[in-house]
Amino acid sequence: MILDGIGDEEKWLAEGIAGIQHHAFYMHRALDANNLRDALKYSALMLSELRTSRLSPHKYYDLYMRAFDELRKLEMFFKDESRHGVSIVDLYELVQHAGNILPRLYLLCTVGSVYIKSKEAPAKDVLKDLVEMCRAIQHPMRGLFLRSYLSQVSRDKLPDIGSEYEGDADTVMDAVDFVLQNFTEMNKLWVRMLYQGPGRVREKHEKERSELRDLVGKNLHVLSQIEGVELELYKDTVLPRVLEQVINCKDELAQYYLMDCIIQVFPDEYHLQTLETLLAAFPQLQPTVDIKTVLSQLMERLSNYAASSTDVLPEFLQVEAFSKLSSAIGRVIESQIDMPIVGSISLYVSLLTFTLRVHPDRLDYVDQVLGACVKKLSGTTKLEDNRAIKQVVALLSAPLEKYDDIVTALTLSNYPRVMDHLDNGTNKVMAVVIIQSIMKNNSCISTADKVEVLFELIKGLIKDLDCTSADELDEEDFGEEQNSVARLIHMLYNDDPEEMLKILCTVKKHIMSGGPKRLPFTVPPLILSALKLVRRLQGQDGEVVGEEMPATPKKIFQILNQTIEALSSVPSPELALRLYLECAEAANDCDLEPVAYEFFTQAFVLYEEEVADSKAQVTAIHLIIGTLQRMNVFGVENRDTLTHKATGYSAKLLKKPDQCRAVYACSHLFWVDDQDGVKDGERVLLCLKRALRIANAAQQMASVTRGSSGPVTLFVEILNKYLYFFEKGNPQITSAAIQGLVELIKTEMQSDSTNVSPAPDAFFSSTLRYIQFQKQKGGVMGEKYAPIKV
Amino acid sequence: MNYLIGAFKPSCNISITFSDAKTRKQVPLKKESGQAVLVPLFQSQENISGKISIEPIQGKKIEHNGVKVELLGQIEMYFDRGNFYDFTSLVRELDVPGELYEKKTYPFEFSTVEMPYETYNGVNVRLRYVLKVTVSRGYAGSIVEYQDFVVRNYSPPPSINNSIKMEVGIEDCLHIEFEYNKSKYHLKDVIIGKIYFLLVRIKIKNMDLEIRRRESTGSGPSTHVETETLAKFELMDGAPVRGESIPIRLFLSPYELTPTHRNINNKFSVKYYLNLVLVDEEDRRYFKQQEITIYRLQETS
Repeated sequence: MILDGIGDEEKWLAEGIAGIQHHAFYMHRALDANNLRDALKYSALMLSELRTSRLSPHKYYDLYMRAFDELRKLEMFFKDESRHGVSIVDLYELVQHAGNILPRLYLLCTVGSVYIKSKEAPAKDVLKDLVEMCRAIQHPMRGLFLRSYLSQVSRDKLPDIGSEYEGDADTVMDAVDFVLQNFTEMNKLWVRMLYQGPGRVREKHEKERSELRDLVGKNLHVLSQIEGVELELYKDTVLPRVLEQVINCKDELAQYYLMDCIIQVFPDEYHLQTLETLLAAFPQLQPTVDIKTVLSQLMERLSNYAASSTDVLPEFLQVEAFSKLSSAIGRVIESQIDMPIVGSISLYVSLLTFTLRVHPDRLDYVDQVLGACVKKLSGTTKLEDNRAIKQVVALLSAPLEKYDDIVTALTLSNYPRVMDHLDNGTNKVMAVVIIQSIMKNNSCISTADKVEVLFELIKGLIKDLDCTSADELDEEDFGEEQNSVARLIHMLYNDDPEEMLKILCTVKKHIMSGGPKRLPFTVPPLILSALKLVRRLQGQDGEVVGEEMPATPKKIFQILNQTIEALSSVPSPELALRLYLECAEAANDCDLEPVAYEFFTQAFVLYEEEVADSKAQVTAIHLIIGTLQRMNVFGVENRDTLTHKATGYSAKLLKKPDQCRAVYACSHLFWVDDQDGVKDGERVLLCLKRALRIANAAQQMASVTRGSSGPVTLFVEILNKYLYFFEKGNPQITSAAIQGLVELIKTEMQSDSTNVSPAPDAFFSSTLRYIQFQKQKGGVMGEKYAPIKV
Repeated sequence: MNYLIGAFKPSCNISITFSDAKTRKQVPLKKESGQAVLVPLFQSQENISGKISIEPIQGKKIEHNGVKVELLGQIEMYFDRGNFYDFTSLVRELDVPGELYEKKTYPFEFSTVEMPYETYNGVNVRLRYVLKVTVSRGYAGSIVEYQDFVVRNYSPPPSINNSIKMEVGIEDCLHIEFEYNKSKYHLKDVIIGKIYFLLVRIKIKNMDLEIRRRESTGSGPSTHVETETLAKFELMDGAPVRGESIPIRLFLSPYELTPTHRNINNKFSVKYYLNLVLVDEEDRRYFKQQEITIYRLQETS
């Protein structure tokens, strides 16, 4: 049936066009013959085709345009009195004899335009008459087109300032009145279209209506084009009357479109000066009107205007644009109870954008906007609407983008309160955005208070906000988030150690609540950051006496100890172990023996109790050895205890090669290549011999289990250790011992000819080459090496 | 044969000329045959004068019992066609009985003739003025010649001419208020007015203003009424809503109207009405008829 309808419509259009062409043909003949009577008769017949009700606006427009073209020819004829011999006044009457109203009015408008041009009557009288007479067409579509025709033919004949039609009797006021009246009537007709037809075709009507909207909007455009519409006139007459019509029409589509039109066609300067009036209209619109879009448009225009030139900024201040917009939005939200939350928030977003662009220096405005938003949100619980959430994110991101410095945002008291209304996921996203913004701008957060605020903001990342199970989270995302938190911690810095300590305490307080999954990510940066502070204090220690909370390394280490403890209980022992060692080293540098010892103890305890995995053990033991080696604060007793422990653990590793390597590494514990370092050659040798034994045992085990002895790598490694200590002047390491070891390796390699792997081979030969090289170098070292034969 | 032809031919030519024929305005008058001929125009109280010439056909003489000219005002009802009722009859004797041998011209004059009624050509009735010249003959029958002329009487603009204003409606359905600027219009007048919609619950398609002429003839039980719609003038297209006011501007000049005639010699009346018709989408018609008076205003030109 619908298909049928379309087909029929095409047919009707074709018929209409044919009708117009047919009558136009006779009209042309009459025009050529200067026969007024026939010209009127056939033009009326032609225009009768426009009386159809069967076409959709689109098709009707087609028909209208054809008639329009013909009417231009008729107008030319009317203009030339010599051709028809009737005065324009008489002609004006004559066309009104037509029996049908629609052709009559089209002809009247056509003659009217000639009448104005002839200046035989004041333009305003003719215009007034025309616009009044057009009331007779109450059919919305036909009326709209007729009035559109009137508007078209009269456009260049309005008594505007500077126009030839302006005179004593005709003022720009008349032009404005005329256009306004035509606008009002057209809008009424347009609005009325809605109420026609049953519900099922309502939608179709809506579509058709929006096709016609430009006919209505054009009037506003004409108004804006009138030169004489200056600010005063606009303010006192044009705007109030247009708004009155907009409000009174009580139609959603029209109100939206027309408000938008007003905003688009009139200059920004006018909007600024009439802001109050304009804004007052918004709360009076229908609740379903998409006010937010329109208001956003307005604010965007205004902010563009503000951006266009700095000269206009005082104007904004003068008219208190911000407070007006702000209160208008408040009123709109208040009056439109049904407006979804997303609407109100997007309004705030627009306002915020406006503020940021126009008054970048007024943080209080920004805060005010956020505050208003909080107030709006406070009625609800968490947001659930996705679009609303998006808007809130936009709202929160805007200041971050505008102000390179996150610090600015931190001073906005309402900022976190807005964030509270986001759901957890979004909250996290927002937190990440904040962190990224900090990272991007490399901004440093330098006071404990700000840190407090900041962590309050990103608490979504810092701890589980509610009992949503963490399993749902994507591991990778989680890691990403936590990494960003970790990066953030490094951005917190203050030159003043006192303040820095406060910052650290604050951070600690927050991250400690993070739970087992987060601590491994967040504790290390905190520790390292703290250690950095320690290092800084190291240089200037002793100076800070008598202050209430002196930021001494000791104090910091206490804090650190607690922190790491938390981590070890998470459990993340390997990490805790590393951190303990880091701390120990730092304590070492600060000459705090008991502290360092304590850290080591903790590390060993961890090793014993928590590090079970053999691979982890290997890594751990090497770390311990490495750190311990560099320790110089320990007294003999403490050191002995620790080294003994370390060596003991080394020998107890599971795999022989691991044992071997750990043990020979332990040798360094007894030989610190410093001026006043420990130099216990005997124990070095003991370690190395032990390593050799283990290597041997490993070799044998390999030959038992696999039928062939394993590679000689371990031996070569030990040989290198020998060489190291030999060179360092350990008296216990003799050239003979090295010689013996070299021989041993050679024998091993020969016996193991079946299984020659290139790596140990290459290792060994390059070791030999090194010996060779040292021999040839001569000097002290050369002499030392001389006895060794390769 | 010749004799016979001669017997059926009028034996003389009679021509009637008005003394101011050259300057007097002439207007078209529709004859019974349907053709329009131009005839002189008079109004009441005018002198009607002129000459009548009688010219016998070559070589014939006319014996007569006298020549006279009559000025007749007649009303003819079509149901009684051919039967004229003379409401005015004036006679001038032009000649005493005798014989006419050659063309003879007689001047005549009716001075300040009272002609209260206008010439009228209606559906069922006709009012005409005619000059009738009779050459009376005893045996061969009288020779008669007619000359029609038209009478129009002008009225001054009425001293009281109220507007017509009325509120009408169908309860809970349609209420309108209409206004015509006058109740008396001259023939070239223009009707200005407006229709104000107070309540609209029906879907109106369009609205027309009709001019209707109501001609009633006869009297008493035999009264015959004929109504004609002379003009159908569309006022509005589409469905108005409450509060709309639609302008009326109807020029009367294109229509063939006559003044209102009330009870002309107890024979007939011609009245005019404005009929406001609203048509709804189901083609139902709602109308309200108002009488207006039409008069003939002296044309200034």
